[in-house]
Amino acid sequence: MAYSDKVLDHYDNPRNVGGYSNQDEDVGTGMVGAPACGDVMKLQIKVGADGIIEDAKFKTYGCGSAIASSSLVTEWVKGKTLDEALAIKNTEIAEELALPPVKIHCSILAEDAIKAAVADYRTKQTAANTAVEAA
Amino acid sequence: MNRPIYLDYAATTPVDPRVVGKMMPWLFDNFGNPASRSHAYGWAAEEAVELAREQVAALVGADPRSIVWTSGATESNNLAIKGAMQFHAGRGKHVVTVKTEHKSVLDTVRELERAGCDVTVLDVQENGLLDLDVFRAALRPDTVIASVMFVNNETGVIQDIAALGAICREKGVLFHVDGAQATGKVPFSLDELPVDMMSLSAHKTYGPKGIGALYVSRKPRVRIDAIIHGGGHERGMRSGTLATHQIIGMGEAYWLARDSMGSENERIRSLRDRLMNGLMTLDQVFVNGDLEQRVPHNLNLSFNFVEGESLLMGMKDVAVSSGSACTSASLEPSYVLRAMGRSDELAHSSIRFSIGRFTTQQEVDTVIEKVSAAVNKLRELSPLWDMHNEGIDLASVQWASH
Repeated sequence: MAYSDKVLDHYDNPRNVGGYSNQDEDVGTGMVGAPACGDVMKLQIKVGADGIIEDAKFKTYGCGSAIASSSLVTEWVKGKTLDEALAIKNTEIAEELALPPVKIHCSILAEDAIKAAVADYRTKQTAANTAVEAA
Repeated sequence: MNRPIYLDYAATTPVDPRVVGKMMPWLFDNFGNPASRSHAYGWAAEEAVELAREQVAALVGADPRSIVWTSGATESNNLAIKGAMQFHAGRGKHVVTVKTEHKSVLDTVRELERAGCDVTVLDVQENGLLDLDVFRAALRPDTVIASVMFVNNETGVIQDIAALGAICREKGVLFHVDGAQATGKVPFSLDELPVDMMSLSAHKTYGPKGIGALYVSRKPRVRIDAIIHGGGHERGMRSGTLATHQIIGMGEAYWLARDSMGSENERIRSLRDRLMNGLMTLDQVFVNGDLEQRVPHNLNLSFNFVEGESLLMGMKDVAVSSGSACTSASLEPSYVLRAMGRSDELAHSSIRFSIGRFTTQQEVDTVIEKVSAAVNKLRELSPLWDMHNEGIDLASVQWASH
């Protein structure tokens, strides 16, 4: 199978590899996929007080297209509001990376990772606010 | 252009230059049809084909008259199994095979099942070997044929053909063996083995693609129906004009293999050990399949927490195969490793290295370097590797499967 130049570039030079502590209140973590299926993506977003995603980090177990999809997504979500990040569609990821049909699931997984990270962040915020109100 | 280092000899081998040399004159100068009985062109071709038949028979220890030319092991497997089931339809309709067989056996028995046959596909043990008692228990009075491969293409594991064949003889069941990966790697003699039919391939043993053979025992005499009909070539078992140059190539390739097998196996074993020891210094690397009952040419490893296709991408200068789903169209990881009870994760993480006649020590050293670098890089990227290092049991995690 031939990979697109963009997939190869993200594979050779993955952007924003790493992670934050799960304990940080301004961090949302999304872990999607399963080892048995051959791909697991972990996406973390660090959200500023203004509600803008300041930074994003990823780690991915999976094929080259899965690594490229998650690497790309870390670039795309930076500087976006949570709602703007949620608006990123898997089709845009697939198109940007020129993924072949058998690799579309990698882009879907990346979209799911954004949703999971945002949901995690929002859950944490709600919990924190509740705690503040209670106090 | 610098070509990748080739460690995929189980997929195919280059045609040995000595074989190429023997084949060339049979394309233009001596182009006769071996079936032409009325002139010198035909006689010359026929003589060469019969010599090749003797060469092939010599490697496998068989009577040359028991060798039937085919287009390759896939056709041989089809001919043996379908041909036996058709000819012996009156005796029963049950066929026994194994989950780790090549698709040309598994898909053939599935086709027979659609046509009304009873099919039993046996599990293997964790080491890839078939349990003899399980095999014995699967044979029924209406079992016509059992088909078990000699050497597995993914793991290199060698089944106990002598013992399995003895069980078949005892039970009056025909025994077919796919020997495509065994020739030139395992010494054996069909005169001594209780095997009724064996599929052979040229291109796994430094011969050309597109040619193979089916050994059909004469003592005891094994009878099968043809599946390709026409001019009645090959004693009616396989019609079609003989591919003279291909046949001569297969003959020469098998002749060379007979000559060099002993020393070649020793050399390849030392390369395999070097490769294995080099790669096993990485943490969490597992050998798939029994290490003793195995041809030295094959090293199938799982690099835990690294996905196979991404690993292949990371070692672009090395040509190998992976059991990862992503490298196949099916999206399922290796069915051979799954049948051995390997988890999906480890199957996704597997790489098959297969070493051959032209592999050098320097190539092996380069491969160790490149694979180690790629594995380390991908583990840095792998959330599973982090979890493993934090002491989290991945099996205890609730994964959202997709």
